[in-house]
Amino acid sequence: MKTLKEWVFSTDHKRIGILYLIGSFAAFGLAGIAALIIRLQQYSPGMDIAQGQAYYNALYFHAAAMILAFLIPGLTGFFGNYFLPIMIGAKDMAFPRLNAFSVWLYLMGVVLALISMAMPDAPDVLWTGYPPYSIRTTANTAFYVFTVHLMGFSSIVGAINILVTVICMRAPGVGWNQLPVLVWTLLGSLTINLIFIPVLGAAVTLLLTDKYMGTHFFDAAAGGDPVLYQNLFWFYSHPAVYVIFLPAMGILFEVISTMGQNPVFNYKAAVYGGVFGIAGLSGEVWVHHLYTSGMPDWIRIGMTVTTLMISVPVGVMLISLWGTLYKAALRYNVAMYYAVACLFFLLIGGLTGIPLAMVSMTVHLAKTAYVHAHFHYVMALFATFSIFSGVYFWFPKMTGRFADTMLGKVGFWLSFIGANVTFAPLFVVGVAGMPRRYWDYDQFPAWFADYHHVATYGAFIMGAGMLVALANFVYCAFAGQKCASTNPWNSNSLEWTHTVNPPGPGNFLHDVSVPAGWSPYYYGAK
Amino acid sequence: MTGNKKTGWVSVLAGLAAFAAPAAAMALDGKVPDPAADWNHLFGHVLIDIIIIGVVFGGWAAYMLVKYRATAPGQIGQGPKLSVAQAISLAVIPAVVFMADDFYLAANGWVLWNTQRTVPVGALEVKVVANQFYWDFDFGNGVTATNEIKVPVGKPVVLRMTSNDVVHSFGIPDFRIKEDAVPGRKTFLWFVAQKPGRYLATCGEYCGMSHAQMGAWIEAVPQADFDAWIKSQQHASAAPAASASNS
Repeated sequence: MKTLKEWVFSTDHKRIGILYLIGSFAAFGLAGIAALIIRLQQYSPGMDIAQGQAYYNALYFHAAAMILAFLIPGLTGFFGNYFLPIMIGAKDMAFPRLNAFSVWLYLMGVVLALISMAMPDAPDVLWTGYPPYSIRTTANTAFYVFTVHLMGFSSIVGAINILVTVICMRAPGVGWNQLPVLVWTLLGSLTINLIFIPVLGAAVTLLLTDKYMGTHFFDAAAGGDPVLYQNLFWFYSHPAVYVIFLPAMGILFEVISTMGQNPVFNYKAAVYGGVFGIAGLSGEVWVHHLYTSGMPDWIRIGMTVTTLMISVPVGVMLISLWGTLYKAALRYNVAMYYAVACLFFLLIGGLTGIPLAMVSMTVHLAKTAYVHAHFHYVMALFATFSIFSGVYFWFPKMTGRFADTMLGKVGFWLSFIGANVTFAPLFVVGVAGMPRRYWDYDQFPAWFADYHHVATYGAFIMGAGMLVALANFVYCAFAGQKCASTNPWNSNSLEWTHTVNPPGPGNFLHDVSVPAGWSPYYYGAK
Repeated sequence: MTGNKKTGWVSVLAGLAAFAAPAAAMALDGKVPDPAADWNHLFGHVLIDIIIIGVVFGGWAAYMLVKYRATAPGQIGQGPKLSVAQAISLAVIPAVVFMADDFYLAANGWVLWNTQRTVPVGALEVKVVANQFYWDFDFGNGVTATNEIKVPVGKPVVLRMTSNDVVHSFGIPDFRIKEDAVPGRKTFLWFVAQKPGRYLATCGEYCGMSHAQMGAWIEAVPQADFDAWIKSQQHASAAPAASASNS
């Protein structure tokens, strides 16, 4: 009882981080089950697992929970709360009580999303909620709107908190060019959140008033415009891709640099070119989600150019990541396995996005399984594997114990093989014209079903792998092998060098200050 | 670093050489363009472009992941310390290479985009209205059809679309084209069937529980058969109207 009270009323950033982690993994598990239902229904034409409404309820839940309740809060909420303050040598966040407020808003959002699975008129508007369908449907669009409001409000509060923490609470000596790349990527990510979430909030609020209060923002018959919503929605939701992408990259930099005992290659290019470039371009590309929506031709070709240009800052960051491998002394643990898989997913996912950047290619590829496979590689698989890499990497920091290596490797290989078996076939049927969001596909050539069979098998292999990894975390948090060293990977980052595992209240035994020339990526003689 | 730089340029040059010919031919010979074939052509080139980048970066990573394994405990990485000039050039050179590739792709994409958005003179005009969950077609002259239409082989067809209820999207995978049907907006796409056959059109934008069943069939037939079909449809639609006026 006392422990429960300690957790519920905690304002300690580490406990709040753990609450974010528990919430995101819970959402991840349930959204994963929804994914298996979707894959079973697509196994072959005529399946009767979740037809019609039930299929779209599952799709809604899968996407909304994965993006809003797992990826964004997992990366910005968990990593941002637990590690960021320790990495900069701060005792806690700038506003601890605001921090508690944001995690509970988030957890309430997860609960709201969960309730939507059990209610009779569950939302069926996908996570995009396009009108006029979302207004005309008899299902409960309000639940969708309120879930977005809660999660969005939580993200805004969290973003302000973390930005202020980094700006004001760095330990003496920790300068801007000495911040771990993860801290920089979180800064970029949260700045994007702060700027763009209000736009999403406005979009779904207008949806709410259109549906329930008789306004006509998106009603063409009364002079409104349904495409306005799509613009507002993607004005946030494309940058949201970078909200997820940036911290996932940051985790890879930490893991690969530490496990390779090699400083980040061309740090300033990665930060000032990569992070700043991606954050800066993130708001100028959203129309590539509207390439077939009837937007004017000139803006479609214009946004083709801006979208392709995203490859410039991403490429600069990629060179830094690759360069960090150059002449490294790589040691392979489970965190590193996941990180290497991320490099592969980044290439596949990033490069398959290039045709989608081009409007003339996208008029065919849009809304097909090709898009579905592309963004699962670059967003779902890349970011999820990065989160798992980070959790394995910092597991001793959080628990004082090691996660089991054998279970870790089994979980990794099942997930990695399953992921590719699931999504590679979808590229093929996608180019052949298989649309997304179809629960039946009788009208297509029979060979489509073969590919969907394989994808469904892959999904179950991947599910098994994720389950093994999650079980590994839970079991080893309580019963894993104890970690004797406070710095098992020989990092030079403050969370490993200046405190114990796990850190107590206030994080550090003494006030932190670092000498001039200190770097989190210095691995030489201590 | 140089590996990347080189490959970027090789792909740019190879692509430019391959593209000069068909793009020029399309502009000069005055025949009806074939956007679906152009799409396949360009997609093939984009695939080559991304496969080269993928193999270079993937192979490079794989090589380093194997080569730079730690051989002794406590070993430290020997990554180079960059001078300011090296650091800047290692950011700017890749950036310029990526940008060059981007402009190359954008330029070729633009050529195809102009083809896709320029309706050939004399195209057959068909009005399309999307509904949950069927497609209404109107050929003018009182000829209407639902979900099943015929078009003449080799003649461009332009669909002028709108929607009666929610957002739909008319896509014909075989013709490599898709455009949304949006309430309150008029959108268009055009295609040309090169061979006779039945082509599937799908609804691409989620529109409700029967979204997966909202398809249409486009049957491409020789011009004479098409004219006959139009005539029979006119007859069919005129007949009930005539009998109504008689009674």
